[in-house]
Amino acid sequence: MSNQASTLFDKVWDAHVVRKIEDGPDVFFIDRHFIHEVTSPVAFLGLENRGIGVMYPERTFATADHNTPTINQHLPVADPLSANQLKALESNAAKYGISHWGLGHARNGIVHVVGPENGITLPGMTIVCGDSHTSTHGAFGAIAFGIGTSEVEMVLSSQCIMQPKPKKMRVNVNGQLGKGVTPKDVTLYIISKLTTAGATGYFVEYAGDVFENMSMEGRMTVCNMSIEMGARGGMIAPDETTFAYINGREQAPKGEKWDKALAYWKTLKTDEGAAFDKEYNFDAADIEPMITYGTNPGMGQGITRAIPTSDKVEGGKATYDKSLNYMGFHENENMLGKKIDYVFIGSCTNGRIEDFRAFASIVKGRKKADNVTAWIVPGSHIVEAQIKEEGILDILTEAGFELRQPGCSACLAMNDDKIPAGKYAVSTSNRNFEGRQGPGARTLLASPLVAAAAAVTGVVTDPRTLL
Amino acid sequence: MAYDKFTILKSSAVPLPIENVDTDQIIPARFLKATKREGFGDNLFRDWRYNGDDTPKQDFVLNNPIYSGKILVGGHNFGSGSSREHAAWAIYDYGFRCVVSSFFADIFKGNSLNIGILPVQVSPEFLNKIFEAIEADPNTELEVNLPEQSITILATGEKESFDINGYKKHNLTNGFDDIDYLQAMKGEIKEFEAERIF
Repeated sequence: MSNQASTLFDKVWDAHVVRKIEDGPDVFFIDRHFIHEVTSPVAFLGLENRGIGVMYPERTFATADHNTPTINQHLPVADPLSANQLKALESNAAKYGISHWGLGHARNGIVHVVGPENGITLPGMTIVCGDSHTSTHGAFGAIAFGIGTSEVEMVLSSQCIMQPKPKKMRVNVNGQLGKGVTPKDVTLYIISKLTTAGATGYFVEYAGDVFENMSMEGRMTVCNMSIEMGARGGMIAPDETTFAYINGREQAPKGEKWDKALAYWKTLKTDEGAAFDKEYNFDAADIEPMITYGTNPGMGQGITRAIPTSDKVEGGKATYDKSLNYMGFHENENMLGKKIDYVFIGSCTNGRIEDFRAFASIVKGRKKADNVTAWIVPGSHIVEAQIKEEGILDILTEAGFELRQPGCSACLAMNDDKIPAGKYAVSTSNRNFEGRQGPGARTLLASPLVAAAAAVTGVVTDPRTLL
Repeated sequence: MAYDKFTILKSSAVPLPIENVDTDQIIPARFLKATKREGFGDNLFRDWRYNGDDTPKQDFVLNNPIYSGKILVGGHNFGSGSSREHAAWAIYDYGFRCVVSSFFADIFKGNSLNIGILPVQVSPEFLNKIFEAIEADPNTELEVNLPEQSITILATGEKESFDINGYKKHNLTNGFDDIDYLQAMKGEIKEFEAERIF
């Protein structure tokens, strides 16, 4: 092994294999396990039914996010089913000695925002959660991916899951990104090229100077969306940007432990000549601000383009027609100028401080369009506090926007934040599936800049005309 | 959670020839609020199956009495999106034991295997043959043979083999699950954990 060139992914994967099963999966050790209220209760019930416990409670972290309201969080949760799930998380965490940042906790927020901002997520780790956007944590050079509830039960009871090793893909993006082109546009562009199933069966490494020059927030946005092209996860080699982000965070290693960790983290990169099963190269100059027009995240394109005809897209015509019919769109129509009813900025994809800075950069000095309802939802209380401290809240208020409280919110519309049937929402979240943001809701995925441009003009607008 | 052992399944099938069926369609997020694994089948394909006023949509396949069976046949890239195991639970609870497609999303495939649903990946050509056979006769039966790793359209005798790793095959045919396996190797896991730096 030692004199063979290996990838970042191989290095982290191989360091976590407890046992290899012949003609079967690897028994794979998990360093960090995040849980939330929706996908954990049945796993805890499973432990009880089997009469087994939690093997390493200190390796699991609980936060409530999917089902929480984004207004009046100080009041009891009105929906009894949601309240019951939140209570179950709290009592399960207490029973097994798992740290729990529930509703009202100063560090509560979306699990994939909270982990990194508190230094729980570190390079070289294996991280899982019963949530497909766990891929976010790959931005730190961790192997991070979503799991099902049966696997949540496995991790709780044995700190391991049974996982066949995925194939390896590298996506290189080099060059200079244009004005108004953000990390969200980079990922929507890659997904539009690979399609929604193009990376299924693979684990992706993102490489090239576009990612090297990206902030940690931007890298998290990109890795977050890896699952939207079918990849189990995506990762970026840790570098000085990564180390500077982690240093000093609450649960990050300190002193001697930091020095030891840093020495290890510096070895986490793909060796020259290491082989990938598949590799793609893209030119940053080809990427425009992006927007989706269909019902999966691969159905996106540059905002200035017209909706393609069915012969130009992959897959069958019946599925394509069903999708455009749901959206109320037609082939060859322009996206620019389409009327918008809702704007949502937030989620584990774009709910970090940089996203709100970007949103504010366009909103500043302008007013919210009268026809638009805007939901502005920070990813965590820490992000919420930053929004206030940096004066972003003043800019938003001045322009007629209101700030809500942290949570997953309209990204999956489990709480009351549902887009009404037939309405159009420009959303910074990650999925435009039918009904994702509420039954009948029509979602256009885009960056915080595109969301801001829609919020102040009331229609799909190229943000470059407002910068 | 225990599940039925899977060996040979002979059944008619329900056709869903749509591509990229994501888990938000299989079960929408607003039905994920339970703390027990019960009743998810009632909300399987909820928004394709029912109107806003809860009346059945007549043109959806689950509401068409001519189609029934324990096998669901879906289009390319079945089960994409959210990792919610509730999607597999809903399919199982409704009564399906096998899903056939030309391509599955990873997490859905893993979740299905973990709860005793067999995902059978066939070639796009064979998938079309299955859809055609069901269209010609909704009562047409498929035979899914796990020990032999084959699927047969009984009316025509057309047959294709499918892949599954030996470990999972052994689990499914015996009704075993991964947690039993992991519990039996806790000593080895403990030694491994002691060496971790984080």
